[in-house]
Amino acid sequence: MYTQEMLEAIKIVEKTRERRLKETFPRLKPEEKEQLLRSFHPDYMPDAMRPVKVGPNKGEKMPHEHVDLLESRSMLDPDHFSLEKIDYDVDVLVIGGGGAGTSAALLAQEEGADVLLVTKLRHGDANTMMAEGGIQAADKENDSPAIHYLDVMGGGGFHNIPELVAALVMDAPLCIQWLESLGCMFSKFPDGTMNTIHGGGTSRKRMHFAHDYSGAEIMRTLRDEARNRGIKVIEFSPAVELIMDEHGQCAGAVLYNLETEQYLVVRSKTVIIATGGSGRLHIAGSPTTNHYGATADGLVMAYRAGAKLIFLDATQFHPTGVAFPEQIVGQLVTEKVRGLGAQLVNADGEQFIYPLETRDAVSSAIIRECKERKKGIATPSGMYGVWLDSPMIEILHGKGTIEKELPAMFRQYKRFNINMAEQPILIYPTLHYQNGGILINDRAETSIPNLYVAGEASGGVHGRNRLMGNSLLDIIVFGRRAGKNAAQRAKSVQLGRLTLDHVKRFHEELQKEGLGQKVAPILLPDYRGKIS
Amino acid sequence: MAEEKEMVNIYIMGKHYKVPYGLTIMKAMEYAGYRFIRGCGCRGGFCGACGTVYRKPGDFRLKVGLACQTVVEDGMYLTQIPFYPANKATYNLEELTPTLGTLLQYYPEMTRCLGCNSCTRICPQELSVMDYIAAAQRGDIEKAANMSFDCIMCGLCASRCPAEIVQYNVAILARRLYGRHIAPRAQHLAKRVEEIKAGKFDEEISRLMKMDRAELQKLYDARDIEP
Repeated sequence: MYTQEMLEAIKIVEKTRERRLKETFPRLKPEEKEQLLRSFHPDYMPDAMRPVKVGPNKGEKMPHEHVDLLESRSMLDPDHFSLEKIDYDVDVLVIGGGGAGTSAALLAQEEGADVLLVTKLRHGDANTMMAEGGIQAADKENDSPAIHYLDVMGGGGFHNIPELVAALVMDAPLCIQWLESLGCMFSKFPDGTMNTIHGGGTSRKRMHFAHDYSGAEIMRTLRDEARNRGIKVIEFSPAVELIMDEHGQCAGAVLYNLETEQYLVVRSKTVIIATGGSGRLHIAGSPTTNHYGATADGLVMAYRAGAKLIFLDATQFHPTGVAFPEQIVGQLVTEKVRGLGAQLVNADGEQFIYPLETRDAVSSAIIRECKERKKGIATPSGMYGVWLDSPMIEILHGKGTIEKELPAMFRQYKRFNINMAEQPILIYPTLHYQNGGILINDRAETSIPNLYVAGEASGGVHGRNRLMGNSLLDIIVFGRRAGKNAAQRAKSVQLGRLTLDHVKRFHEELQKEGLGQKVAPILLPDYRGKIS
Repeated sequence: MAEEKEMVNIYIMGKHYKVPYGLTIMKAMEYAGYRFIRGCGCRGGFCGACGTVYRKPGDFRLKVGLACQTVVEDGMYLTQIPFYPANKATYNLEELTPTLGTLLQYYPEMTRCLGCNSCTRICPQELSVMDYIAAAQRGDIEKAANMSFDCIMCGLCASRCPAEIVQYNVAILARRLYGRHIAPRAQHLAKRVEEIKAGKFDEEISRLMKMDRAELQKLYDARDIEP
């Protein structure tokens, strides 16, 4: 429920709405965008980062929150931890039960591998489940993988790794077809044509969606399929360290049963890390859209084993996180709201940015509007935000469109007595996505033999800024590739003696630098006694 | 901060805590000292991990909400139900036919519905659960699929069902049957997949992959954008 002051502020938005409906705010020129990012994007704020002192990326700057984890010691004491009793012996170990992990497990099993999927919370507890807006694929007549390629590269600041982008855009239609064949209920026209819209930074309408439960629909479908196929899953048992063999190959992982507090040893011919992102590290103190378990566990484990990280200094802030009501600050308001025509409006009722610029640019513009131009709207808790003029959608597409096309968003606000079909909503950028991660190639391989990575934990495909709809795509494309390749590779792997020597060496390096007081992965954030 | 706020009394599994007014149940439990393992997932209303039931003093009615989306009220007696044993049929979707017979084969208990509406009343998504089960009983798979689409599979419906139906598992079978066997396939998608497999775009993509930043930037800035 809005306060009296906010209701007054809304009147200004209503007054300019009719005029704004006919207005298109000019897009940023390349040099304007560059300037905007440098001045206002959180990546460029001084003091947000420091160089990491140990490991494969030694000397490179990353957010403090990531560096803190990379400079921590293991939960295990490598001198005394025994790898002799093997609890599970499999062909392919998949670490992470989100969209990437589940896709990987399905494909690995199709290749005939004995697969084990382990996950920290429940199977399906992942950012995949929360992805609302959609999934990109160039499958319409006026579109092509080449046009998609160009959009991805431009969105990522042309830093993206070409072979990964090529894999992403070329596999995209195949992945949508795979999901369709699994019974995923995409929003379609009566003749079967996919309903597709724009996302920020797209030049074609290629965003496929399932209302605004796109990720949830994909996740529950994949999970149901995994259950039908009898894939073994261990829940509430995160991996806390990779196991190597004496020849320097990845050879499994140590799990930690969160409920019984026991360790379990998994020996595996190949390992796929699909542990997702790191929003729950609250980089730069920001609230986040991410699920409870997004704590960068995979990065920490792979880094200790010698895998190189890339673009960890590029963090994605989603332009439209909830700024009010206070109870759900930081939660996601899908980009689809802008895709359907809602404009971003300041305290004067005026637009200040083209609504579908890339996310880094829109976020920066909102920060500028609130911090520099002082055109934000204050909330009772002292936060600032700008309006997302959602009622425009009802005018543009007809009454009832929001409830039909954005049921999750409508419900989210209705629970707090705000009707977004009639009143604009207040938003501010929120920590959303880890653009970088563990460096992979187009086979989802890392530099460590037998170690694969897929999804948000990986880095390179999105450059320094991911486009909307390319994350759901990424997890399916590279999840499938990782699963297939890891299973095929497992057929010829011969493992030697298992060791944690890499952890021992890492601990020595930490000690030399006077580091290693903290322990990582942290597995879960700790909000006890706090108001998170 | 907390001191300035008005405090309310809540009872987590019967135990008394004072927490600031205005927090969600999830944040209030954390404020009270809980560190969740179960009962917490996406924290955004999508995953169904945090189904919570509660009562208020002097009210016989059992109320329900997602802990991450429901604000604490003074006097709340609450408990989470993060897991509920459920019957999940396993099937090969490809081989199924989208018929009433298929639904009944895997979930025959569906017909035991007593029409009590407890499932609908408890649903934190406010879905008409009983009505989609009724649609399923009639073999109207499309309707069951669409009516259940916003289900987050929290399991509260099944926890209340006197007929022991697992509504949300019936629902996902209906949705997958609809998506796979009833909804028409996207022809443009099938065509594009064939084109990709035939190598139609290979040359163009490899040309782009070899371009330097300046060349790509030029092409990018000159893109025509679909209105």
